[in-house]
Amino acid sequence: MTAGGPEMSAVRFEGVYKAFGDHVVLRGIDLTVEEHQVVALIGASGSGKSTLLRCVNLLEQVDDGQIWLHGADVTAVGVKPDAVRRQVGMVFQSFNLFPHMTVIDNVTLAARRVYKLKRREAEDKGAGLLAQFGLTGKEKAYPDRLSGGQQQRVAFARTLMTDPSVVLLDEVTSALDPELVGEVLEIIRDLRGRGMTMIMATHEMQFCREIADHVCFLDAGRILEHGSPDAVFGSPREQRTRDFLRRVLTA
Amino acid sequence: MVFFALIGTAVVTSPGWHSVQTTFFSWDQAKASFPHIARGFWVTIKLFMTIEPIVLVSGLIVALIRISKSPVMFPLRVVAVAYVDLFRGIPTLLLVYLIGFGLPALELQGIPKSVFWLGVIALSLSYTAYVAEVIRAGIASVHPSQRAAARSLGLSDSQTIRTVVLPQALRNVAPPLLNDFISLQKDTALVGSLGLVEALREAYIDTTTTFNYTPFVVAALFYIALTIPLARITDHLGSRALERQFSFAGGQK
Repeated sequence: MTAGGPEMSAVRFEGVYKAFGDHVVLRGIDLTVEEHQVVALIGASGSGKSTLLRCVNLLEQVDDGQIWLHGADVTAVGVKPDAVRRQVGMVFQSFNLFPHMTVIDNVTLAARRVYKLKRREAEDKGAGLLAQFGLTGKEKAYPDRLSGGQQQRVAFARTLMTDPSVVLLDEVTSALDPELVGEVLEIIRDLRGRGMTMIMATHEMQFCREIADHVCFLDAGRILEHGSPDAVFGSPREQRTRDFLRRVLTA
Repeated sequence: MVFFALIGTAVVTSPGWHSVQTTFFSWDQAKASFPHIARGFWVTIKLFMTIEPIVLVSGLIVALIRISKSPVMFPLRVVAVAYVDLFRGIPTLLLVYLIGFGLPALELQGIPKSVFWLGVIALSLSYTAYVAEVIRAGIASVHPSQRAAARSLGLSDSQTIRTVVLPQALRNVAPPLLNDFISLQKDTALVGSLGLVEALREAYIDTTTTFNYTPFVVAALFYIALTIPLARITDHLGSRALERQFSFAGGQK
């Protein structure tokens, strides 16, 4: 990673362009996420929200443009993806817990394999995180014995285990039954309270309005409109934003 | 049940039953050939126990080469594809002949002369091709999101394969893998055609001296005694995998 960015924003996107074959997903994204900020990405499915998140921790490679993480260009040639991923946590829509491992093994895997922590130390830390998320006693359970909400809380513990400085949330409540959404949102609220920098793709508009510092409306790979939640939700400038909000808020 | 009873009655009441009974199901002959066949069966088991680990390890290596994506691996990938295509296409018996009679004829240094090891080489070559394909299918059955989750935690490519992908892949294909091992266990009899005195060969030797075919039946019982438990384990693993999938799809519990 080459050091460089003049301001040390947490994450900064400059002209990010990404295509899968002929299908262009991101058409020049410029966005700055400051430390301790929560930025929400909203927009229809296929508007590029997930891809944008996946470019930050290099699960996808940008075709053009730069992404700066704490002032270092992660899209530069020769950057080690593993080094970037140690700073960036990610929680997925479908939890993606490892089904063949117990809860505690899921949570401590990276600490043991990547950070070479002793199993005892890793498990102590992991048990602490699980306790914070109300999962004490579930350490030895396998993921398929947990509810969706519990699984997603384990996924949060797994991500936070490695003390990331930025957390990416990819529609983390979309796969949950409505009555289980609250327990996951509670975690995000809690993280915000602790000053965690987060970028979240979401369909939870109410929650987004409550918690986000900045909202970006993505449409066909571009940020069509962005601003404070009150501005974007209260008085959207663009017709497409208004159409989108009407659809999701009346649904 | 009724079906088997009908077949049984038909066989026992058939006009030739008496002569079949004395040539295939002679109790005295069975007792006489039992020790030979048991000795031969020990060779069968040794063959099986030697080949199985070789096949598992080399099948895994071939599968990993085939799923690799890096351009550096390209020549190896071509070799792996050619190998699998070739050795799945050759009848196993033919391969046993080619290796068993062909390899020693080359008179090269270091090529084993023992029929046992030639048999091990031939069957390993043949079964590695099959097992590699089964393992490759297993790896493909693990959802890409599992890999994304592991990579996003900072695990390297090889750590991801070892700790996240392979354990799930092998679990998913345990039933077809065990199936292959059941047929491997039976195909060890092909090495008998090279002159290795395993269970079938022992039985054959007995029949040529007595003109009574009971030893074949005894040998068959030996094979069955080993394959049936393997088959039950396979079933058990299969139903457990199914159960896991259902409870996983069902989600809340």
